[in-house]
Amino acid sequence: MRAILDETRELMRRDRVFDFMLPRPDFSRPIDTRHGPILYVEDVTVSFDGFRALDGLTLYIDDGELRCIIGPNGAGKTTMMDVITGRTRPDSGTVHFGQRIDLLRLDEPEIAQGGIGRKFQKPTVFEQHTVFENLELAMACNKRVWPTLFHRLSAAERLQIDEVMELIRLSAHRERCAGLLSHGQKQWLEIGMLLMQNPRVLLVDEPAAGMTGEETERTAELLTSLAGRHSVVVVEHDMAFVRSIARKVTVLHQGSVLAEGTMDQIQSDPRVIDVYLGE
Amino acid sequence: MLTRRLLLSDPGGMVIIGLLLALAIAIPVCNLMLPSDSMFYMSTYMVTLLGKFLCFALLALAVDLIWGYCGILSLGHGAFFGLGGYVMGMYLMRQIGTRGVYGHPELPDFMVFLNWDVLPWYWQGFDMFWFAMLMVLLVPGVLALIFGWLAFRSRVTGVYFAIITQALTYALMLAFFRNEMGFGGNNGLTDFREIIGFSIQARTTRVGLAVLSAVVLALAYLACRFVVTSRLGKVIMAVRDAEDRTRFSGYRVEHYKLWLFVFSSMLAGIAGALYVPQVGIINPGEFSPLNSIELVVWVATGGRGTLYGAITGAFAVNYAKTWFTTAYPEIWLFALGTLFVLVTIFLPRGLVGLFRRWKKQESGQ
Repeated sequence: MRAILDETRELMRRDRVFDFMLPRPDFSRPIDTRHGPILYVEDVTVSFDGFRALDGLTLYIDDGELRCIIGPNGAGKTTMMDVITGRTRPDSGTVHFGQRIDLLRLDEPEIAQGGIGRKFQKPTVFEQHTVFENLELAMACNKRVWPTLFHRLSAAERLQIDEVMELIRLSAHRERCAGLLSHGQKQWLEIGMLLMQNPRVLLVDEPAAGMTGEETERTAELLTSLAGRHSVVVVEHDMAFVRSIARKVTVLHQGSVLAEGTMDQIQSDPRVIDVYLGE
Repeated sequence: MLTRRLLLSDPGGMVIIGLLLALAIAIPVCNLMLPSDSMFYMSTYMVTLLGKFLCFALLALAVDLIWGYCGILSLGHGAFFGLGGYVMGMYLMRQIGTRGVYGHPELPDFMVFLNWDVLPWYWQGFDMFWFAMLMVLLVPGVLALIFGWLAFRSRVTGVYFAIITQALTYALMLAFFRNEMGFGGNNGLTDFREIIGFSIQARTTRVGLAVLSAVVLALAYLACRFVVTSRLGKVIMAVRDAEDRTRFSGYRVEHYKLWLFVFSSMLAGIAGALYVPQVGIINPGEFSPLNSIELVVWVATGGRGTLYGAITGAFAVNYAKTWFTTAYPEIWLFALGTLFVLVTIFLPRGLVGLFRRWKKQESGQ
């Protein structure tokens, strides 16, 4: 009897069954980070056709920290980003942004507008648009259809675009088609586009891929300068790059966290050496 | 400010608008004022032919807006054109009144023939011009809204979208062929008498309709320019080039596609409504999938993603079609196929791309 009652209660839990009755997440109030973390990924499992891409992954990202995530191919790094940004729905587990906002109930545009920006592994910019237009399109503002149709760029907005352009060192290429930029410049432009969204969290997938030594260095500089104001999560393969920026490193393996700590701790961890660095 | 944004930055468009206005003046002058032995006399047949081409150009414009700027390939845009045409046809049928063969004051001839005794509910109100004009926009618009909402929400794109739009227009064709649908079945709607009080056969009415088509096309062109030069235009091009990036920049891609699709379907509906009184008939053949494919060929031939290219293409291909189907009727479809293959291989930017290349060479030297 008791069991049936419990089961019924579980089945009828108000936050599960009557999803549409819950209030919409309120982005007008500041994200609640009183307990430290801004991103709570808890016990998330994702499987594709029986293959477990994420297996009970639990991860907390602190407000303003710069976190590097490393792991061998297939460890679930990109899937983790997909879950956080709303592209993939996990089979189980919870993902919260601050303490109040349940990210699993939102879709990609809502999450992006709410303050989580994502850079793709392959640099993705609007190739037919100029650098200026790329930044303009990414800018945080009312992104519904009708206001967009009648939108006029204000002076303050121009200033904001110019500032970001300065930061990513593309001011000289202002009116150039983004498709004509070099690989490294495209990576920066994409980071600049994320910044235009005023994000609280930046998820950056392999920012140093295909960059020259000097470009890599400058990227490292840029990312470290962003930490503090934003939380930055960097997924990277290049160990030298990770070493140059990382304060805290998380190692993923087979869809869950294998180890977490400073770069030195990680590199001396026998399990990590076994699965990753030792190869 | 607005003139500059819509026109001055778009030389090809200025030429097209100029030609359209010239046409709007030349048609009445050359047909109504000049004697028939004058060198510049334009026959009424020619006037109606031009009017038809102008409607096709408007339809091509609608397709270019979604295909060239947003990458949505619709192979069923003829459906919206046909619906706009049917709405206009219904209005024109109700205007016949007692002048039909059976002389029934309310029912069109084909309904009397089918032994119907009351007007179906969906024919109500079409005797009022304003209501019919509203429906010209709403019927294609609502269909596009429902269809697009389902398709875009499920993230159907590319060739899959093209195939289901083909299915849409084919389904409509089969439905309209049925007599029970109440749209005249196989024969469609025809035998029109007058439009807002003007006799449909009169030379002046034909000239008026052709001029109206030119003006509407020019206005639609400016409206499309307004859309593609706005920030919304930049967003839809961004959707075309990098849909995921747009989504992760916080734009609800489905809404943008849907908005544009509905806008484009309404333009197609207007084109159909202007077309029907000029040709004097609308039948289910307008929904034939082949028409919609041909329409995409016009846009590809002219050059997509420029707007004025679509208009150029519609005129060029339809002129060729008129010439071929009189001179060598049996080889027209082969010529059309060859044209499409040649354009795809040698002129990926279409006819207007040829001008652009030529201009670039000239300025380069």
